[in-house]
Amino acid sequence: MTTLSVKDKDTVKAFWAKVSGNADEIGADAVARMLVVYPQTKTYFSHWKDQSPNSPAVRKHGVTVMLGVGEAVAKIDDLKAGLASLSELHAFTLRVDPANFKILSHCILVVMATMFPNEFTPEVHVSLDKFLASVALALSEKYR
Amino acid sequence: MVEWTDFERATIQDIFSKLEYEVVGPKALARCLVVYPWTQRYFGNFGNLYNAAAITGNPMVAKHGTTILHGLDRAVKNMDDIKNTYTELSVLHSEKLHVDPDNFKLLADCLTIVVAAQMGKAFTGEMQAAFQKFLAVVVTSLGRQYH
Repeated sequence: MTTLSVKDKDTVKAFWAKVSGNADEIGADAVARMLVVYPQTKTYFSHWKDQSPNSPAVRKHGVTVMLGVGEAVAKIDDLKAGLASLSELHAFTLRVDPANFKILSHCILVVMATMFPNEFTPEVHVSLDKFLASVALALSEKYR
Repeated sequence: MVEWTDFERATIQDIFSKLEYEVVGPKALARCLVVYPWTQRYFGNFGNLYNAAAITGNPMVAKHGTTILHGLDRAVKNMDDIKNTYTELSVLHSEKLHVDPDNFKLLADCLTIVVAAQMGKAFTGEMQAAFQKFLAVVVTSLGRQYH
C-alpha cells in the first residue's frame, strides 16, 4: 500500500478542515467504539480503572489520537519523517501490535460516517482510508 | 454454533426492519467499488464504472446492491443456522462467480459504514459490535464451501 495522490491529499486536507473542529468528539467516539467492538484492544488499557465509553480516560485518549491525526494531515507530504517520533513511541514504549492501527482506522471511518453522512462520500472515504493506512505504515516504521 | 445475546438478536432484527433496501444496498455496493476498486473485476459487464460518479449513478450497480442486501435476509431470519443457510450461495460464489472470499469482508465494511451514515448517533458502539458480528458470521459462511 499506498502512495497518496495529489487528489487524495487535497481531499483529506479539505475534509479535515471541515471536521477538525469536532476532533475531540470524533476521537472519543472512535476510541470508545474500538474498545466495545474489538474487546481485545482493551488489553492495552488495563491501567485504566474505567474503560467505559464515557470515562475521562477514554475521552482524553481520543483527543490524543486525533491530535496525532491532525499532525499527520499537516505532514501529509512526508509522513515517514513527520511521524518518526510517534513511531518510536509506538514501537519502543507502547508496543501496539500494528494490526490494531487498522482496527482504530475503521472505527474512525465509522464515526465520520455517523457524524458527517453527507460529507463522507465514497471519494472522501477512499482517500481517507488510504491516508489512515499511510499513517499506520509510518507509525510502524520503527518497529523492526 | 454461534451464540447470540438477546441484545444482538434484537439489534439485528431492528436494523434490518428499518433498512431501506433500495437505498442502502446500492450505496454499499457503490462504495465498495469506489473504495476498493479491484472489486470491479467481478462486474465487467456492468458498463460504465469509470469514476465514482459513474459508479454511484450506474443502474446495474444499484440493482445488484439491492439484490445483495436482500441476500442477507435469509441470515436475519435464520440467525441460529447461518452456516447452513448459506451453503448454496457459498457454492455459487466459489464455483460459478469465482469471487475471492476476502472481498466479502470489504463489502461488509462498506455496508457497516453506510448503515452508520443512515443511523447517525443511533448507531452506538454496542450496535456496531452486534452488526459486525452478524456480518462476520455471514462472511465466514459464504466462504465455507470454497476448496
